[in-house]
Amino acid sequence: MPTMVIKNGSVFDPLNGIDGEVIDVFIKDGKVAKDLSSADLARAEVIDARGKTVMPGGVDSHAHVAGAKVNAGRLMRPEDHIGSVRQRTGISHSGSGYTVPSVYKQGYDYSTMGYTTVFEAAMPPLEARHTHEEMRSTPMLDMGAYLVLGNNWFLMRYLHEGEIDKAAAYVAWMMKTHKAYGIKCVNPAGVENWGWGKNVHSLDEPNIHFEVTAREVIRGLAEVNERLGMPISLHLHANNLGHPGNAEITKESLAVTAGVSPYQKMGVEWAETRMDPHRAQSVYLAHAQFNAFGGTSWRDFESGAEVLAKYVNRADHVVIDNGAVPFGPATCMTGDGPSIHDLYVLAGIGGQKWSNTDVELECGSGVIPFTYLKGNPISAIQWAIGLEMLLLVDDPWKTIMTTDHPNGGVFTQYPQVIAWLMSRRARDATAAECHKWGYDRSTLGGVEREMSLFEIAILTRANTSRTIGMAHRKGHLGAGADGDVAIYNIDPERFNPDDYAEIVRAFGKADFTIKDGMIVARQGEVVAVPDGRRYYCEPKVDEGLTRDVMVDVKEWFKYYTIGFANYPVPDKYLRNPVPIVVNGPAEAQEGR
Amino acid sequence: MIVLIRKIRLTPKGEIDIMVEAEIISPDSFAGKSEAELCELSVWQGPRQVPLGEFFEVEAWDEETTGDGDGTVDILIDGDASRIKRIGQRMTSGRIEILGSAGMHLGSEMAGGEILVRRDAGPWAGMNMSGGLLEVFGDVGDHAGSAYRGSWRGMSGGNILVRGNARSQVGGGMSGGEILVQGSVENFCGIRQSGGLIVVEGDAVRGVGAEMIGGSIAVLGEIHQFTPGFVAAGTERDPALGEGKVEGEFAKFLGDYAISKNPKGVLFVKEAVV
Repeated sequence: MPTMVIKNGSVFDPLNGIDGEVIDVFIKDGKVAKDLSSADLARAEVIDARGKTVMPGGVDSHAHVAGAKVNAGRLMRPEDHIGSVRQRTGISHSGSGYTVPSVYKQGYDYSTMGYTTVFEAAMPPLEARHTHEEMRSTPMLDMGAYLVLGNNWFLMRYLHEGEIDKAAAYVAWMMKTHKAYGIKCVNPAGVENWGWGKNVHSLDEPNIHFEVTAREVIRGLAEVNERLGMPISLHLHANNLGHPGNAEITKESLAVTAGVSPYQKMGVEWAETRMDPHRAQSVYLAHAQFNAFGGTSWRDFESGAEVLAKYVNRADHVVIDNGAVPFGPATCMTGDGPSIHDLYVLAGIGGQKWSNTDVELECGSGVIPFTYLKGNPISAIQWAIGLEMLLLVDDPWKTIMTTDHPNGGVFTQYPQVIAWLMSRRARDATAAECHKWGYDRSTLGGVEREMSLFEIAILTRANTSRTIGMAHRKGHLGAGADGDVAIYNIDPERFNPDDYAEIVRAFGKADFTIKDGMIVARQGEVVAVPDGRRYYCEPKVDEGLTRDVMVDVKEWFKYYTIGFANYPVPDKYLRNPVPIVVNGPAEAQEGR
Repeated sequence: MIVLIRKIRLTPKGEIDIMVEAEIISPDSFAGKSEAELCELSVWQGPRQVPLGEFFEVEAWDEETTGDGDGTVDILIDGDASRIKRIGQRMTSGRIEILGSAGMHLGSEMAGGEILVRRDAGPWAGMNMSGGLLEVFGDVGDHAGSAYRGSWRGMSGGNILVRGNARSQVGGGMSGGEILVQGSVENFCGIRQSGGLIVVEGDAVRGVGAEMIGGSIAVLGEIHQFTPGFVAAGTERDPALGEGKVEGEFAKFLGDYAISKNPKGVLFVKEAVV
């Protein structure tokens, strides 16, 4: 098993309060260790990281990287692949695709940037098999997937009737059945209405047939989540996404879970951290940029980030990721079918290709290619909002950096987003190339803040891990953590935020990416291709309750197009599965 | 003025089994290379990389001539190249002449220079072309001067001249440049066109100008099935298109209203045919 010493590097490990101190990192048998015996030292691989930045391996908590809609994006866009081709090497596969890369290319591209862990943002239960098939074929990354449950017939019925226990038992069964990691809620109550060509536009509007409101769904799922003690909180894609003025409903949506106490009951070994590694939030808002719009129409459209950021600054139960817009081609894909239709209509000349799918009793989905142009006033404002959402929230432990890949932009553009966060000059340079609405209709031009490497480490690994409940082994370098490390060619002593091209270069190709104590990528080259782990939750609930729920499930299963026996994801779909027992008798005792 | 032209002759050695991907056959990549170096340039054939010299006898020499264009690379393929793909892809200058036929993707994404094919060319000739001249004496396959699959940003400049027939989707997504087909075309000629000119001297089957929002198409022969989203807009004599190639009395149509409320696409059809 890999044993390693990373010497003399400047270490940024926020969960352990380490801010650029020059210390050695030890890895024994793939796990971070306090130190090594002389026998271990003798056989250890040594990396000299003098003058370099050492961080825990990158963790992406929200990206669309596996499953049916991702593959729909690949299929509908041959033009996305022709110019973006990766040749195979002796150890790696060929691949193609810019905004929606093939699974292999995706794994290699993340890894060469220093990322070791990526979570799929939306797995419809019926598409769980497809999602697991793609995750199984994605090399180098540890992964998991959030289950889309915000418009699920069974849950809408239980939540409307106030049957929280049954709802919890159903969720527990679904997590085990589909090998899923967390609860994702997309446009609650609205996607069900989309089956009838409608949507919901407020929190208290009952939807068709189920007569459940978005508020009831958000509150109910958050309560279920904490009753079970899931690693990640409710992950919310709020209502009215992509509509001018939606910052208000976003604020209201976040307020719904204000009284819900976060409570992780996980049967895991917790690696050592100086900070409390448990999450503090009861709601994790996805891609805030798309839900922080101001104005009332596209004519008076402006950033609503300040309104939302002000709320987040006051709230202690919220974490957001930003969903940055770094410009260029994107492929919008979401479980929010109506939002994709709205974008299709907005995109102007008809005939643009797009797709929409109704996922039976569960949810929906849509995909549309979209290009963000610097000269376009709306794109320029969206760029500004994406950065404001991180820069205006004072506490970095409430924020996570994403592009909502590939919705706002592509994950390979993360280095560019980091440069904007770290360098005011980088922002000004881009603003000068943008439509003037970028700065005129946002507060970004007046923002002085330049993030430090420590803060970037919070936004890209430490808080990401803590928010999704992976800090027991990811996102830090405390003893017992996975030996996942990224070394970047940045000397903090000489770091100059004005030289933003250098930031982009350094974060684009990690000098070393180390996974479980093994060097997997070196200066942009893949040098080893391990298989990653697949995390999912196995929540324990009362068996009698589960039996009752199964009666309901079987009663309505006649509405599905598949047989009950074909519904679950078989074990063989997962390579290196890591089930996390949740709410077991011991875990319930141990919970905070 | 005396100038030096670099002449290169590729003589096919025999039948080719699996098609060869030879974007390397281009004046840009041949420039400054000796015979031996040219032979060693590698091309893909299925899963293996093979030196160009395996498929062609290669001769190269410099020739003095009068005129301009010092250092121009002039490539002659002295035989059939119908199983060679991507000849002249992305070329920016120089000249390629093929005495036989050319395979798929001939001159795709070409930005300058000249390609002349004495017989036929396969599908995707001049795909996404932005400049230069592509002339085919025989027929071309589908998608001549069209956008790549999935995209509607096609040919933006340059000229394609087809002396024979073209098949479907000529000039799909075209935004600039000119295509002249002296024979007939099949389906969806000028689909999604937004600029530029397509002239078809023969007939078209159907779907001419479907979803076009700009640019011009003139069909001198018959259109078997007219595209429904076009609206009559009077007649014109000798419409000013291209370089005076279009003469006579024409019915003018605007479209395609199926895709836009205010389309700027113009379709001319011989009055006598209407």
